[in-house]
Amino acid sequence: MTSFSARVEVSHRPGIADPAGATVERALPALGYTNVTQVHIGKVITLVVEAADAEAARAQVEEMCERLLANPVIESYEVSVSALEPAP
Amino acid sequence: MSARVGVVQFPGTNCELDVMWAIEQLGGEAELCWHADATVNGVDAVVVPGGFAHGDYLRTGALARFSPVMTAVREFAAAGGPVVGICNGFQVLTEAQLLPGALQKNAGLKFLCETVDLRVETASTVLTNACEVGDVLRVPINHFEGNYVCDADTLDALRAEDRIVVRYVENPNGSLDDIAGICNEDRNVVGLMPHPERASDVMLGSSDGVVLLRSLLAAAGARAAV
Repeated sequence: MTSFSARVEVSHRPGIADPAGATVERALPALGYTNVTQVHIGKVITLVVEAADAEAARAQVEEMCERLLANPVIESYEVSVSALEPAP
Repeated sequence: MSARVGVVQFPGTNCELDVMWAIEQLGGEAELCWHADATVNGVDAVVVPGGFAHGDYLRTGALARFSPVMTAVREFAAAGGPVVGICNGFQVLTEAQLLPGALQKNAGLKFLCETVDLRVETASTVLTNACEVGDVLRVPINHFEGNYVCDADTLDALRAEDRIVVRYVENPNGSLDDIAGICNEDRNVVGLMPHPERASDVMLGSSDGVVLLRSLLAAAGARAAV
């Protein structure tokens, strides 16, 4: 078994309102950033999983996303997985 | 024999005693159902009350859905038992997929604590059977995530099947189609953001929530009689 570092990015599904992103988008021009559009705020979840290989780790994290980490009704997610460096 | 109403208590729930008080004022029996117990103790109705179940970490209701009591609530609902989720309880019921859609942050990004007008849209649910369609009730809201969303097909189904239970007269939070509460296909599971228990006595500023709680007690009583 190998340790894999997984990073899950959870964001609003297209078409689902993102009130926090919209509020930040309205605030940025006050600081002089008048050229900004499409601000979206999501969340990042990082975890370490033990798995036989990267594909197994990814499959398991995606299952976690479907069951808990994201709400498929309003959120989409992206999973990236990389092998952790072995401890020296 | 008066109807027995189980009130679910998660760590972080904070409206359970208010709901129990209101139920008892109306002649019902109320008892707590602790989240870690996989049973609702044979009650005749279940209320999932407001609060911040499991701290609302990750998403509102996301962790509460996995508490053992929710297995029992799911079985109770599947058997036709009346289940009402109030505020955080509504969020829990959507995460548990006992009700469709989801509740996200209010459109104005403000926590809302005010009394609003609700219009009753259907009288054929466990929460509105003592109401008339078109009744307007003054009931408090108290939430940050009350902005109901669902996909277009779900909204079509909710409308076509008369499953929008209460609407805001003036939409406070951006909720889709002014939805304040919905029910499931069998009409025995209802979720709503406003708090009927906080409008259960004139001393509280409104007693308009009483008709909703009486409806629930009637549904519970009908079940107890079976």
